[in-house]
Amino acid sequence: MADAPTLPRGRATPDLMAFLRRYAALAALIVLLVFNVLVTPHFLSLQTLNVNLTQVATIVIVSVGMTLVIATGGIDLSVGSLMAIAGALAPLIFLSPFGVAHPALGDALAFVVPIAAAGLLGAFNGWFITRFRVQPIVGTLVMFIAGRGVAQVLTNGNLQVFHNPTFQFIGLGRVFGAPFQVIVMLALVAAAAWTMRRTLFGRQILAVGGNDRAARLAGVPVDRVKRGVYAISGLCAGIAGLVVIAINSSSDANLVGLGMELDAIAAVAVGGTAFTGGQANVVGSLIGALLIQLLRYTLLANGVPDAAALIVKGAIIAGAVWSQQRGRSA
Amino acid sequence: MPSPSPLLVMRDIDKRFQGVHALAKASLEVQPGEVMALVGQNGAGKSTLIKVLTGAYSRDDGSITFAGQPIAFASPMEAQRGGVSTIYQEINLVPFRSVAENIFLGRERRRYGLLDWPRMNAEAAEILRRFAITVDVRKPLMDFSTAIQQMVAIARAVSFQAQLVIMDEPTSSLDEREVEVLFDVMRQLRAEGVAVIFISHRLDELYQVCDRVTVMRDGRTVMTRRMDEVDKLSLVAAMLGRDVEAVRSRETAFAAATGRAGGDVLSVEGLKVGRRVRDVGIEVRSGQIVGLAGLLGSGRTETARAVFGADPADAGAIRLMGRAVAPQEPADAIALGVGYCSEDRKADGIIPDMSVRENLTLAILPRLVALGVVDETRQRAIVETFMKRLAIKASGPEQKIRELSGGNQQKVLLARWLCADPKLLILDEPTRGIDVGAKAEIQALIRELADQGLGVLMISSELEEIVEGADRVYVLSDGRTVADLPHAQATASAIMAAMAHAGGASENADG
Repeated sequence: MADAPTLPRGRATPDLMAFLRRYAALAALIVLLVFNVLVTPHFLSLQTLNVNLTQVATIVIVSVGMTLVIATGGIDLSVGSLMAIAGALAPLIFLSPFGVAHPALGDALAFVVPIAAAGLLGAFNGWFITRFRVQPIVGTLVMFIAGRGVAQVLTNGNLQVFHNPTFQFIGLGRVFGAPFQVIVMLALVAAAAWTMRRTLFGRQILAVGGNDRAARLAGVPVDRVKRGVYAISGLCAGIAGLVVIAINSSSDANLVGLGMELDAIAAVAVGGTAFTGGQANVVGSLIGALLIQLLRYTLLANGVPDAAALIVKGAIIAGAVWSQQRGRSA
Repeated sequence: MPSPSPLLVMRDIDKRFQGVHALAKASLEVQPGEVMALVGQNGAGKSTLIKVLTGAYSRDDGSITFAGQPIAFASPMEAQRGGVSTIYQEINLVPFRSVAENIFLGRERRRYGLLDWPRMNAEAAEILRRFAITVDVRKPLMDFSTAIQQMVAIARAVSFQAQLVIMDEPTSSLDEREVEVLFDVMRQLRAEGVAVIFISHRLDELYQVCDRVTVMRDGRTVMTRRMDEVDKLSLVAAMLGRDVEAVRSRETAFAAATGRAGGDVLSVEGLKVGRRVRDVGIEVRSGQIVGLAGLLGSGRTETARAVFGADPADAGAIRLMGRAVAPQEPADAIALGVGYCSEDRKADGIIPDMSVRENLTLAILPRLVALGVVDETRQRAIVETFMKRLAIKASGPEQKIRELSGGNQQKVLLARWLCADPKLLILDEPTRGIDVGAKAEIQALIRELADQGLGVLMISSELEEIVEGADRVYVLSDGRTVADLPHAQATASAIMAAMAHAGGASENADG
């Protein structure tokens, strides 16, 4: 008797809210695109597209790993610092006497070693969090602080300037006219979305985030899954770090990846992945990052200062979280 | 002995949650300076009754008189000011502050507008001395044992001029010596005319310290007696709702066993886990349903979790499928062919936002994988098979499990293990909170599976389920195996007798 009136409402509302939550960011993105086509001069050009995609690529790459971490109910604050470490390591390798003497091998190592190092440090985050039952926000805070220190120690705090077209292909190269890092970005998004949908690892991530006690009792290796997502987040940060220094032709340990953790978290939030864990909307994170980027571009292109853009960015995140909570309480 | 005027009279208390009666005409009467035991099974309504008294819940009907006045406390704070203090299992004091500060929290002694530390420390020490406890009251509370912390909570309650102190399972985290200290404090309170309501599941303790006992069942008060007029067996019978003499038969859907018991799938000897499991020995053969009976807190679930590797054992021998093992993780036990349906479906069973399909195949997912990719065709086929076989009612395999009824959720969780083709299935309260129809289906299924050779270890608080379903029954009490009964001897009265007469205590022990 008490169930009767609540049942139909209980059925209909979550569906509608889930629909809105899922597509709100996409709808906002489309509205913004239409607005720009009508208002912003020279918006419909390949150059505008490339500028925006190039700027957003690193955020998206990092937010792919961040989405998986958040899907387990965790968070990774260390991504910016890991970018700085990767960015510091690469020039050290290809500018070293060995790298100069063997350019091919040096450039190859300059890709592999920094990314692997960032992945290992990410794995360390996961080990630290699972071994000592530390809250992820505290566990990764350690690496957030120490990691940037490591990057500065590696370079003695010096700016490393370089010109290395082979290495810099990752940030400046083009494939069929498309910036290479945009292709990397799309490949990572596709791979992560597929992993979440189809693989054992992906399903176990969602089970751990959905109810880790139940997952453990069903034989899911909860700690191993958590270590895995932090390692992946580290790898993504490593790739993003290389893209950033390749674009800049220089590596500054103080600046590479600064504030990136918050941009990535914002993209995930706007993209509709719940911070309680148990869901991963990788494509949503891509859309979230694109939305934030395009919003900033729109404001700048129409003469609104960057400071004001920050306020709008905050408002967008607040709106995304609000719509999520509406969906949850229903 | 007749008392002039009771301190507390709760009469005909009704409390409903969403139309369901949590309390139905429950009553409770406590005399000044008396220790009253309040007992009952899980869900009997003890906590609800206490919460109605202290104002944590409002009552739907009934009257409460305290010290001659009709009362309706709006909050536990108000109840405390009115002379009713509650001490919870989890002590809610401030661990970083000193003992004295905790006792005077919220009504600090002042002098010239400043805190009067010497006076507070002296008064705190004085209050504790009444209970024969001498500690440095300036040290932070967290430096002391749980027992001392509890004494501090009691001292705080008493210093509020409490006339009634409610203790909700205060002994569950104490060792034996600490329990003795607590009992001395309770006797001291009684001597000073303070009444105590004592909630505990350990029957021996009730006889040691309580004057009278009130038994609750299904939201009603079913018995109030003087402790020395009631033996343990009648107490257990009152809690479980069974007439000691007559037990109705055929209440469950368990048929008689037709299969033959095969080899050992599980044997446990001298198992010890934390404080809850002290010395448990059980044996399960294939094709057998073994019942694990015991009162709340007797260590049944803890035993099951140790066998499954969820909480590794501290000592003892576990043999699974004939191999000596020490499972450290559920995955270890699962690899050996064990499945475990936990007692708390919501917290330990379902992944609420995942579909029926994903929940059902969670445990066998690693076996449905080629090169890390889930074979969805096989997964769907398995889900379809088991949804049909267990008659799981859902709009389809993609419906989220949290939208299913309790009975259907339980079927999905059963299927989660059945599709893994286990040799031993541990079921912890498999039919709790499930409607009658689904309950019968699940019981029939358990028997069918056992007849096909599965070994089943079934924990149940429902005596009928144990009596009619189990081919062999172990009774646990206070973390020990106290009886091992074959089906023919496992009558309700034998099981209750084993629960009641545990620990070698005499039948009519008096307080």
